[in-house]
Amino acid sequence: MRITVGKGSCGIAAGADAVFDTLKGKAPCPVAVTGCIGTCHLEPIVSVDDGETLQTYVKVDEKGAGEIVKMLNGEENRAADYRRDLDCGSNRIALRNCGIINPESIDEYIAKDGYEAVKKCFSMSPEQVIEEIKISGLRGRGGAGFPTWFKWRAARDSAGDKKYVICNADEGDPGAFMDRAIIEGDPHAVIEGMIAAAFAIGADEGIVYVRAEYPLAIVRLGKALEQARKKGFLGENPFGSDFSFDISVKAGAGAFVCGEETALIASLEGERGMPRLKPPFPAQKGYRKKPSNINNVETYANVPWIIRNGGKAFASIGTEDSKGSKVFALTGKIANGGLAEVPMGCTVRDVVYKFGGGVRGGKELKAVQLGGPSGGCIPKGLTDVEIDYKSLAATGAIMGSGGMVVMDEDTCMVDMARFFLDFTCKESCGKCTHCRIGNKRMLEILERICGGGGKNGDIELLTELGEEIKAGSLCALGQTAPNPVLTTIRYFRNEYEEHINEKRCAARQCKPLLAYSVDKEKCMGCAVCARKCPGGAIAGTVRSAHSIDAEKCVKCGNCADVCKFGAINVK
Amino acid sequence: MNDIDFTLLAPRLEKHKGEAGSLIAVLQEAQELYGWLSPELLAHVAEETGIPPAKVMGVATFYAQFRLKPVGKNLILLCQGTACHVNGSAEIEKAVRDYLGVEEGEITPDGLFTYNSVACLGCCSLSPVMMINSKAYGNLTGAKTVEVLEKIKSGVDAK
Repeated sequence: MRITVGKGSCGIAAGADAVFDTLKGKAPCPVAVTGCIGTCHLEPIVSVDDGETLQTYVKVDEKGAGEIVKMLNGEENRAADYRRDLDCGSNRIALRNCGIINPESIDEYIAKDGYEAVKKCFSMSPEQVIEEIKISGLRGRGGAGFPTWFKWRAARDSAGDKKYVICNADEGDPGAFMDRAIIEGDPHAVIEGMIAAAFAIGADEGIVYVRAEYPLAIVRLGKALEQARKKGFLGENPFGSDFSFDISVKAGAGAFVCGEETALIASLEGERGMPRLKPPFPAQKGYRKKPSNINNVETYANVPWIIRNGGKAFASIGTEDSKGSKVFALTGKIANGGLAEVPMGCTVRDVVYKFGGGVRGGKELKAVQLGGPSGGCIPKGLTDVEIDYKSLAATGAIMGSGGMVVMDEDTCMVDMARFFLDFTCKESCGKCTHCRIGNKRMLEILERICGGGGKNGDIELLTELGEEIKAGSLCALGQTAPNPVLTTIRYFRNEYEEHINEKRCAARQCKPLLAYSVDKEKCMGCAVCARKCPGGAIAGTVRSAHSIDAEKCVKCGNCADVCKFGAINVK
Repeated sequence: MNDIDFTLLAPRLEKHKGEAGSLIAVLQEAQELYGWLSPELLAHVAEETGIPPAKVMGVATFYAQFRLKPVGKNLILLCQGTACHVNGSAEIEKAVRDYLGVEEGEITPDGLFTYNSVACLGCCSLSPVMMINSKAYGNLTGAKTVEVLEKIKSGVDAK
């Protein structure tokens, strides 16, 4: 008998620590920790394994933990109220162990065939390892989708006695968190993938560049590295091979642009994270000017599975252009948010409705944003698009790192474009004029439109600027920064026109465009709104209907927030 | 803050001595020790490492993690990621600002709190989210946010 509690960052945020402590103190069996299983909306999640069946309990609070203890002690209990079978999708590859094993125990990883892939690598030649990855068709899961084998090949072929393997765990794309979940839930998968890559290219040193915003991931990774060293999997001559390799962790300091590989290298070298022109590619001249292979977390996590099961097995999943499966982080206005690992080739609609349970609160789906600040919004009508690199690119969005943010009728697409531009302006490193100043100008126009000052010709100006910025920027940040604006103009031009011509925001998000008035029928005259109005715009006598002076109204929305009778009309 | 005890940092500087590209790590450790990077501290790092002061300043201003102003005892990070934005992070920010009575980056008069906006904390499925002293709080509403802050203030959930 064993109990596990999901203690990824999401589980902890939902209260897993208290649940864990309650169970640990009172349960009549061992209580272990596991990572995020993917159904984050059901956290905290507790599983009870009696050796034969595994039962899961969801949204467990301290009371629920008490009920589970009673159940285990054979007392009368209400644990069944928390029982729920989880459907996390079968055939998980990158997430295969997440939420199942204890990430802080190397023995549990080994029990799931862990480090078998490394052992197998040592019975192969480096060329054979690269060939296996080539057969698998694995492409980079961090955004650009570059074939993994090609990078490995290039790094192997580069002359040099010193080479590096680098893991990009600088998951800066807002809305994506699969890399955090993988490191928190299955750190050894990443370490094992990096060892395989090091063997293939001939590197003896590895570095994981993790965001400082992921403190738990850094701790778990550090523990995992320590355990792997103790077992002799890292260091000198693992498994009796003549190969040596070790990994260190570097915490990033918070810069989105460091997800770009040349900027990441600059940051590792202690510099400002500014991208440089390629070539030379990192595979030729990377960290400390030595050949370096950089892949992201999810990519490395796929590698041990591919080596163990063969490239063909991986390639049998997915489409002609995109092989294997991909993890998506499903968030926003979704009923069941979390991580979905799905085979390439399924549709965006499937992910949103089958895994995510559709839009929250039964509202109408408006769009799905893919690929974060570099990606685009796919309108409802196009959600039948197949998930593969080519088909997504044709819509103007990108596969990206797998962020999938669901938007409903209450989301304003002009505001979303403004939001992303605000992000890229803050994160632009400032090297290229087009990116540094062009994006700023685009943001100013969008802020003006959202603020009620939209003019004729703004849409055309935004489009022109967007195309120029794409052409005039050195790295992917600048080249893709206009995408959220260009795709929303392409699919939601009517919303831009409404903002500009009618000074109206149908989603009621752009406050300066809203008009507040009192519904005389519903108003009870309690005067709470008048007291909360910073502009003194609400007048009326107690117990009779109040009114709002539009001239004085500062459109803060306080009145609508505090009215208990729903008597404030917002249009 | 005229007399900073640089001896605290000395062993850290020694550890990284001669290590190429260690500036970011040095600054991270300095910030961990002193809470923020004061002009005196940055000048000291430049002098001890031999890295030009302009470059030290350049790196310190480039990365979001480095704080060039002192912060309160409890640092609140407000997530401004896409999922949080869509799910109402603006309301959380308003609740925090109203409760603390200070603007972003400032310290409350009792020295207990500072709040900063951050790009994304990666807890998107629990949006809107904030993180206080490395602990994430999810599924927030304005009222719930105030409840968390009150608990910390009263010492129940203090650092």
